Amino acid sequence: MRFTLKKDKSGVVIVGVEGQLIVGNRQELKQKVLDALEEGSRKFVIDFSKTGYIDSSGLGVLVSLSKKIREQGGELRLAGLNADLQTLFELTKLDTLFAITRTAEEALAAF
Amino acid sequence: MKLDVPSDLGMVGDAVELVASHVPPGTLSPRRISFNLRTALAEALGNAIRYGTGEDPDRIVRVRVELAEDMVRIHVVDDGNGYDPRRLPDPTHPDNLEREFGRGLFVIRHLVDDVAFNEKGNGICLTLRAG
Repeated sequence: MRFTLKKDKSGVVIVGVEGQLIVGNRQELKQKVLDALEEGSRKFVIDFSKTGYIDSSGLGVLVSLSKKIREQGGELRLAGLNADLQTLFELTKLDTLFAITRTAEEALAAF
Repeated sequence: MKLDVPSDLGMVGDAVELVASHVPPGTLSPRRISFNLRTALAEALGNAIRYGTGEDPDRIVRVRVELAEDMVRIHVVDDGNGYDPRRLPDPTHPDNLEREFGRGLFVIRHLVDDVAFNEKGNGICLTLRAG
C-alpha cells in the first residue's frame, strides 16, 4: 500500500491510493493531505483507481478530511472507485457527501 | 486455520492478506474474496484491536477460519469486555453521516451472508457463502 501526491498545473493535489485504505494506514493518508492543506493547497482529488478495498476507518478519514478541507474553503473530490467501492459508498450514503467521478481526469475538469 | 494477531492496527492488512491467500480457489468467487472477505475481516480485526484489546501490544486477537466447499466462516475473538451490537446507532442517519466512526458493523452486515456474536460480545463470526 502506498500513497502518492502530485500537483497538477492548476494547483489541484491528486492523491493516489495503491492497495487498500484501512485502519492500519489511514493516518498516513490523513497526515499527507493535512500537510498539503497546511501548505496552502485547497483542491484535492483522491484517486482510487488502484485501490482494492476501503474499510470503515478509511471511509471515516475521508469524511474527516472533507470537513477539514471545506472549513478552509477547499474541496475534496473522489475518483476511480471500482464497482464494489461505489456500492459501499452508496450503502453508507457517503455518495451524498462527496463529489465522485469515474476518473481523476473528470474530477480535475470539474474544478 | 488459526492465527493470533498482535494488538497492533498496523498488522491488520497483513493478517487480512494471509487469511485471504489461504482460501482455496473456487470456495468463493475471486471478487468476493478480494472485496467482501478482505473488507469484512479488516473491519472485524480493526474493531477487536481498537475496542477489544485497546491496542495493547501485550494482547492478541484470535482468528479461526473454517473452510468448506462453498463457504468460509471466520471467527474473530478478543479478550475484551465485549459490546452489545444492538445498541449501535444507524450510521446512515443524517445526524450521523459526517461522523468519522461508527460504520464498521454496518459495513460488515452488508458484505457477508451471516454475522453472529458470542454471548459476551467479544467474538464475531462472519460467514461468506459461494454465489
